[in-house]
Amino acid sequence: MSKTPAGTLYRGREGMWSWVGHRVTGVAIFFFLLVHVLDTALVRVSPEAYNVVIATYKNPFMALLEAGLVAAIVFHAFNGLRIILVDFWKKGPKYQAQLLWGVVGLWVLVMVPFLIRHLTLAFTGGH
Amino acid sequence: MAVSSEIQAPRSGRVAPKYTRHGSSRGNFEMLAWLFMRVSGLVLVVLIFGHLFVNLMVGEGVHAIDFGFVAGKWADPFWQIWDLAMLWLAMLHGTNGVRTIINDYADKDGTRFWLKTVLYAATAVIIVLGTLVIFTFDPCPPNAAAELLPSFCPAP
Repeated sequence: MSKTPAGTLYRGREGMWSWVGHRVTGVAIFFFLLVHVLDTALVRVSPEAYNVVIATYKNPFMALLEAGLVAAIVFHAFNGLRIILVDFWKKGPKYQAQLLWGVVGLWVLVMVPFLIRHLTLAFTGGH
Repeated sequence: MAVSSEIQAPRSGRVAPKYTRHGSSRGNFEMLAWLFMRVSGLVLVVLIFGHLFVNLMVGEGVHAIDFGFVAGKWADPFWQIWDLAMLWLAMLHGTNGVRTIINDYADKDGTRFWLKTVLYAATAVIIVLGTLVIFTFDPCPPNAAAELLPSFCPAP
């Protein structure tokens, strides 16, 4: 156990974990973005080349990875709005921890319908 | 003479040169980069949520995405501009984020320099490639199988 007093330090609480989450999701999204521009660029090669590569996005295993990607994007988006509030809203720093729980709540609210719709489409072949 | 007991805010005064990594002032660059992250982030929430909704939630979702789907979208300048803005803002936002992370974790000057050189080169290639693809895209390429093309292409 840490001997540092709990609850008085930035370290290890909402502030730090949201910061870690923002970095990790940000890096993951960035590397996907590089790949995503390259796969989309295949439309310039030929319709066949694009369709073959994009077909790999449609199997159930990839659907799970896509769900993870969207989960990362939605967290990064809402936590980014939280950072803007912390920086520009007078009471933002005071309520930064509560704002993180707002982020988590909104994330669940968006992810549940998204997962139902996306995984239904992915596992039923879209018919 | 009374000694002031006022505690100054961190970094409110002059920062000793040994604590700055770069010698001369870089002007407002870091402040502008900080501001850009917030402004571009706000716009990207709208652009990317719209992108994900239209491509994954509507109709057959991911199963509808093929060459014809992309051609149909880019036949409309609205989606060309949407995707162009998303490409530039997301790449610059992501590049600045990774630049921040490199500055945080790479201690040696040489390591930081090379990591950032690779980062900026990759960013330039992806932005130029993506922009060219959006503007030079041909929805009805010659010699392509007609069933793969959007319905508005003239019959061969």
